[in-house]
Amino acid sequence: MNLAVTAPAGAQAATDDPRALVLRGLVKAYRPGQPVLRGIDLTIPGTGLTAIIGPSGTGKSTLIRCINRLVQPTAGQILFRGEDLATLSGTGLRRARRRIGMVFQEYNLVERLSVMENLLCGRLGYVPVWRAWLRKFPQGDIDRAFDLLEAVGLAGFAERRADALSGGQRQRVGIARALMQEPEIVLADEPTSSLDPKSSVEIMEILSRLAAERGVPVVVNIHNVALARRFATRVVGMSGGHVVYDGPPEGLTERDLNGIYGGENWQE
Amino acid sequence: MRPATATPKKIAFRPNWWARAGWLLLAVYVVYAAGRLGFVPERFASGLEHGSRFLARMFPPNFSRWELIQSGILESLQIAVIATALGIALALPIGFLAARNLMPAFVTWPTRALIALCRSFHPIIVAILFVKAIGFGALAGVMALIVASIGFIAKLFAEAIEEISLKQVEAVRATGAGFFAVLIMGVVPQVLPRFIGFSTYQLDSNLRNSTMVGIVGGGGIGATLFTAYQRFDFDVVLAILIVIVALIMVAEIFSGWARKVFQ
Repeated sequence: MNLAVTAPAGAQAATDDPRALVLRGLVKAYRPGQPVLRGIDLTIPGTGLTAIIGPSGTGKSTLIRCINRLVQPTAGQILFRGEDLATLSGTGLRRARRRIGMVFQEYNLVERLSVMENLLCGRLGYVPVWRAWLRKFPQGDIDRAFDLLEAVGLAGFAERRADALSGGQRQRVGIARALMQEPEIVLADEPTSSLDPKSSVEIMEILSRLAAERGVPVVVNIHNVALARRFATRVVGMSGGHVVYDGPPEGLTERDLNGIYGGENWQE
Repeated sequence: MRPATATPKKIAFRPNWWARAGWLLLAVYVVYAAGRLGFVPERFASGLEHGSRFLARMFPPNFSRWELIQSGILESLQIAVIATALGIALALPIGFLAARNLMPAFVTWPTRALIALCRSFHPIIVAILFVKAIGFGALAGVMALIVASIGFIAKLFAEAIEEISLKQVEAVRATGAGFFAVLIMGVVPQVLPRFIGFSTYQLDSNLRNSTMVGIVGGGGIGATLFTAYQRFDFDVVLAILIVIVALIMVAEIFSGWARKVFQ
């Protein structure tokens, strides 16, 4: 990773990367006049794992959900592979979404479906509805689902129902489902917040390894600064709806952290 | 008893005088209405004597006209099964359209009005309407029970959909799935067991009602039953009642099995 370190220079360098995700002046206000995101300018490189850290309620989830438009941004541009995602609707939006994998804090698996069915949900943007209804997915998709299950360490779990799995296992399914989409970017919204420390590390390992193998960039919202430092190739610090740090994890100082989270006592 | 200087007693439960007045009013009205309708013990006692003679004439049940009973009960069964199948088929899309978490208000309101209309009359009244409109026979009974099935299943189905976890739906939507794919993979799996429950209950209910629509000319065993009553063939009446009870019990076993399969 030889990305430029400071925010303006980094942004400049990454704009040249055709696979980068570029946010320009992104604003989201759930209630008029009370913006959660106050004009985010951010370039997320086309490789590696970008961790977004910041206190609760600072708009990390909103930011990530604006990218695949689960949340409708109020203003700004989301440029990805030559398209402004913020302006899409209908079929165009669905085609954009299927290229963006998403991993959720509470896994969001369809509880009553089997692990295999949950994985194949990742293909819904590609296969016709009748195939999904009759569960006649193309054999290629099924083969890849089995491969991914093995890759996330759940070989033999295909027929288990999702509600029979533990938290760590569910999140593995969540990652596999996102990768089933053959995404060009993966968004992960607090993927470890509902997990114990050991599972958290395992999940981050799987996520970063599989994404790196496939050359897919990952954007992770994360509370745990230690995990962010350990796995991220780049850290974005947010506070009060602004980006206040943008650089490599090694560059993240105590002063930066105090700037992000406010106060000092919590670090002891 | 109480010293004049005592501090006021602390009350843990404040008496609710409005509620007490309400209960008292209800009790008074029940007594009054019973008096108006001649619902008095003496009337009941004289009725009991009449009833015992009626019961005595029912025994033993008379199955000699079993062919009539058989064809009637089969027709009732057919009415119930057809009405349930078509009712479910129509209630599914209507239920989806009425779910406020999936559909915009301008769709849900007219749909809800339609469901309310289907629910506002007892199947017998609907059956009378259909008998007048399309003539005597099983078709009128089927139509009446379809209306009842739509009212019941669509309403409960819509409510079940409104209670689903939107997180699961959101995740399916995030994969780029279209609307129908989201329904099939995100919504239906969450509501399927409850939907099966409603449907089997409606089958039960349609079986019971299908034995009744015949009384107003809607086909099925009801006509036979009504004729037997009017001819004072009370032993035949009992035979028919026994067959109906058996049918309902078989249906009960079947629906329990269906619920287990789709758990």
